[in-house]
Amino acid sequence: MSANRRDFLLRLMQGATLASTGGLGWAYLLRQEARAQPFALRPPGALPDDDFNAACIKCGQCVVACPFDTLKLEPAGGNLPIGMPFFEPREIPCYLCPDIPCMKACPTGALSPKLKNINDARMGFALVDTENCLSWKGLRCEICHRECPLKGKAITLETHPRQISKHAMFIPVVHSDACTGCGICVKACPTTEPAIRILPHALVQGKIGDHYRLGWTREDAITQEFDASGAAPTIAAPTNAPSGPVKGNATDYLNDGGL
Amino acid sequence: MIMRTAHESSHDLAQRSLSQKLWSWRYIVLRRLSQFVILLLFFGSAHWGWEVAKDVPLLSGNLSGSKFIGLIPMADPFAALQIFLAGHVLQTEAILGAALVLGFYILVGGRVFCAWACPVNPVTDLAGWLRVRFDIRPTFILSRNMRYFVLALTLVLSVLTGVAAFEWVSPVGMAHREIIFGVGFGAMALLSIFLFDLFVLKHGWCGHLCPLGAFWSVVGKINPTLRVRFDKTTCTHCGECAKVCPEPQVLNLKHLEEKGFVFSGECSNCGRCTPVCPENSLVFDFKPLIRAHNAQVQGSVSVSETQRRV
Repeated sequence: MSANRRDFLLRLMQGATLASTGGLGWAYLLRQEARAQPFALRPPGALPDDDFNAACIKCGQCVVACPFDTLKLEPAGGNLPIGMPFFEPREIPCYLCPDIPCMKACPTGALSPKLKNINDARMGFALVDTENCLSWKGLRCEICHRECPLKGKAITLETHPRQISKHAMFIPVVHSDACTGCGICVKACPTTEPAIRILPHALVQGKIGDHYRLGWTREDAITQEFDASGAAPTIAAPTNAPSGPVKGNATDYLNDGGL
Repeated sequence: MIMRTAHESSHDLAQRSLSQKLWSWRYIVLRRLSQFVILLLFFGSAHWGWEVAKDVPLLSGNLSGSKFIGLIPMADPFAALQIFLAGHVLQTEAILGAALVLGFYILVGGRVFCAWACPVNPVTDLAGWLRVRFDIRPTFILSRNMRYFVLALTLVLSVLTGVAAFEWVSPVGMAHREIIFGVGFGAMALLSIFLFDLFVLKHGWCGHLCPLGAFWSVVGKINPTLRVRFDKTTCTHCGECAKVCPEPQVLNLKHLEEKGFVFSGECSNCGRCTPVCPENSLVFDFKPLIRAHNAQVQGSVSVSETQRRV
């Protein structure tokens, strides 16, 4: 009986040792895989990275549903965990189907059904290489602007002054509040290597922080009060007197003799 | 008269006609057909655009998750369980799909998936067959219960790492994705499993390590319908069945005599044992009928024994 118990305990410990050793290596592999994803572009509506990693069942139904063959599953050793959907805009961009068939095909919700309008998709953010962009060289290329499905919102053309006797440049400027990251501009860019690229937001976008007050913008203005309807601003009462509801205001601080 | 019978029986064994051979291989032919058709339906829908209506693929996806004729969702319940443990609340479609698949395999036997649907099975079957063919003796022993440790580990790691632990390394998934979508590490994964099964451990992957097989073994304990019936009155203990069975521990004759059928969840209902049994003691049967059948057979045997004694 006791020999049986010894035997049982020994086997249990053997199993536990094997499992924990194997488990360590396995967990390490999973963490490595989960991290290896900075450059990959995911289908529209994809949850944020960690949530997507947890949710994607790697079934490929989004790939089958995509009418343009944009989506592919990740092979081994790529930027994404093996078997997850992604696309390469220079080969085939996302053509922003209004009915979002890839998202509808997703059984797990990794491509979130909260995405109702394809123009709200944020697959990435277009970034212009100002050294190699033809427009930045002074040519009137503007192809990315013309091809952009949200032209005038996601990509605008802005004049950029140059030396006297040269005409101004018309350069493409991308706006993150409208750019879906579809990559049609990348596909259209006529340079040998595209001078406009889509990158995940986290790699590109900075954040100025809440402590900066841009007093000249409407939202940050501190001497004016707005009514909620966004109607014409009314000038607030002078705030020289440090009292009442405006206490703690930046002007207050300056007038308090805090400096 | 006696000579002719002997001649006939030796003729039977040595040179059976093609139809007799095919008949004895019926389950293996059916299993290969089932495995092939499943792959073909997925492949055709992904590559050749097989549709039942416009933009409604016949069978889109793969074994992890799929949709049949745009209506019936299916999902691998083990994958769904891992995703849930990884911290994602699944959408209704995946839950419904997992429930459907789970329900189906509860009905026909959990490991029916392993023998009739899994794309790794033909590879490990080939390795097993080659081991017998070239008489590769076992040199390394591992408990078949190892798979349950791997199963537990899969679930624990899914919680700890926040990703579906087995789905991210699964050779089953890799093979399937490689065949259907042309990506992945599938060929290499299958080759490693093949070599491991051939040279390191007989039935090593499917019978010792695969946590998906372990999951289906647990599910297979419930199987209320399709089981291999065992007739203890005709069995001569010749052991032919255990030679061909990839999970021979399920054919423990002492236990089978008590129960009257192959009851272990580790049995994959592959049907290899039934045609090789010279006494037809092992046959597929509907589980609710097995008890009555066995009682009847044993009753008639005991009657004839009593008559003989009288």
